[in-house]
Amino acid sequence: MVSPVAGHSPPPFFRRGPAPLVRLVVLVSAALTLIVVDHRLNYLELLRQGLSVVTTPLQVAAGMPVKGVRSAGEYFADLARLQAENDELRREQVALGTIRLRQEQLDLENTRLRALLDMRERVQVNAQVAEVIYAVRDPFSRRVVVDKGLTQGIEPGSPVVDDIGVIGQVTRVYPLNAEVTLISDKDQALPVQIARTGVRAVMFGAGSGTLELRYLATDVDLREGDRIVTSGLDGVFAPGLPVARVKSVDRDGSGGFVRILCVPLAGVESHSTVLIMAPGKPVLPADDVAATAGSARAEKAIKP
Amino acid sequence: MNQPSFSSRRILRPVRPWFIWLSMLVALLLNLMPLGRTPMLPDWVALVLCFWCVREPLRAGMGAGFVFGLLMDIGYGSLMGQHALAYVLLAYTAGTFSRRILWFGPLQQSLHVLPMLVGTQLVMLFVRLSTDAEFPGLGYFAGSVIATLLWYPISFVLLLPQYRPEDKDENRPI
Repeated sequence: MVSPVAGHSPPPFFRRGPAPLVRLVVLVSAALTLIVVDHRLNYLELLRQGLSVVTTPLQVAAGMPVKGVRSAGEYFADLARLQAENDELRREQVALGTIRLRQEQLDLENTRLRALLDMRERVQVNAQVAEVIYAVRDPFSRRVVVDKGLTQGIEPGSPVVDDIGVIGQVTRVYPLNAEVTLISDKDQALPVQIARTGVRAVMFGAGSGTLELRYLATDVDLREGDRIVTSGLDGVFAPGLPVARVKSVDRDGSGGFVRILCVPLAGVESHSTVLIMAPGKPVLPADDVAATAGSARAEKAIKP
Repeated sequence: MNQPSFSSRRILRPVRPWFIWLSMLVALLLNLMPLGRTPMLPDWVALVLCFWCVREPLRAGMGAGFVFGLLMDIGYGSLMGQHALAYVLLAYTAGTFSRRILWFGPLQQSLHVLPMLVGTQLVMLFVRLSTDAEFPGLGYFAGSVIATLLWYPISFVLLLPQYRPEDKDENRPI
């Protein structure tokens, strides 16, 4: 360091802008601000959508070679395999057709019975078929991107299911595609109930593709192989959608809670065609007492 | 602004700024390839950014790291600022050690690069774990090791335009 003459340092020979340490401090604090604002306040969706104008074309361009290789692989796929798949799909369609016929009848009957019981009509759920394009490369979370977005009317919060059960929930919507957080993500919670006993619980992702039922007392009636379905308490997921099967029940864990690991029923980590349902509106308790009493009576009536 | 390394007696041509940005963009494209949750893949943006910060500390630096970090955050859909923070720190370290690293040969250079890349990943890991994300497993760090192995080939490729002779030769591709 040159000693300053009368408090003035000599003018620099080369202009290089602010010193590296100053730049480091400014940029690091900017990045830290972004992290905190994004994590705590969720204000940055607009910035994300704006900058996605830059990254979306890049993503499409980057996806092209991968898509090309994949479609080339499909082109050369075994003819016999395709035929077998076709046969199976046809059989399945016939089976589903009979179920559909019965379903229509049951729907009518259900509406009549619900009217008799003075219950709220079940909302008709409309759904859109979407294709999973790819899994998000962020290794810290479990999310996939589907090929439907704002322009197709997808809303954040919509439940996503496949032909077997629940896969996840739409968490971020871009103009042309949407991001689905899988139920195996650590931050994703799902209100569920045990199909055999009707006990309600909350399901969380447990890492490495498994799920965990939390906050159940150690004496809960639960066996390996029990089916877990959505309870519909959140008003977002329709009740009764299959979610998982209990894999292991560990009752001597510390802390007074039982540790229950489950495996998802649907192909959560294998990506295929999915169904995005419109999110139900959360059902709030009615204001007047008479209506509450009426629905409570109805609840009691349908409980076994 | 070329800095000599211990082995090159040869004076390289000056780098073109657009080539730095183009290579960063190509690295971003490689990172955005939809290959799913494969943890072993190297972080190309970090590698190329590290290369240019070591090679040309006056042309590529923390600003580039911040911008490309933000683009990565949006492309990956990760926490906003996660990659930006890690890349700014990487650019600062690489720029600081640039004079030292360039004295060494390729192998020793990669040994300097490995801790910087692992440090970048550790910053991201720390940020995500402190915001309640899931630990991705130790395979996560394999990406840095593979990126380190790629240091020599990538520096050869990225310096190719500067190896061009002063007078044009019709028979030479570059």
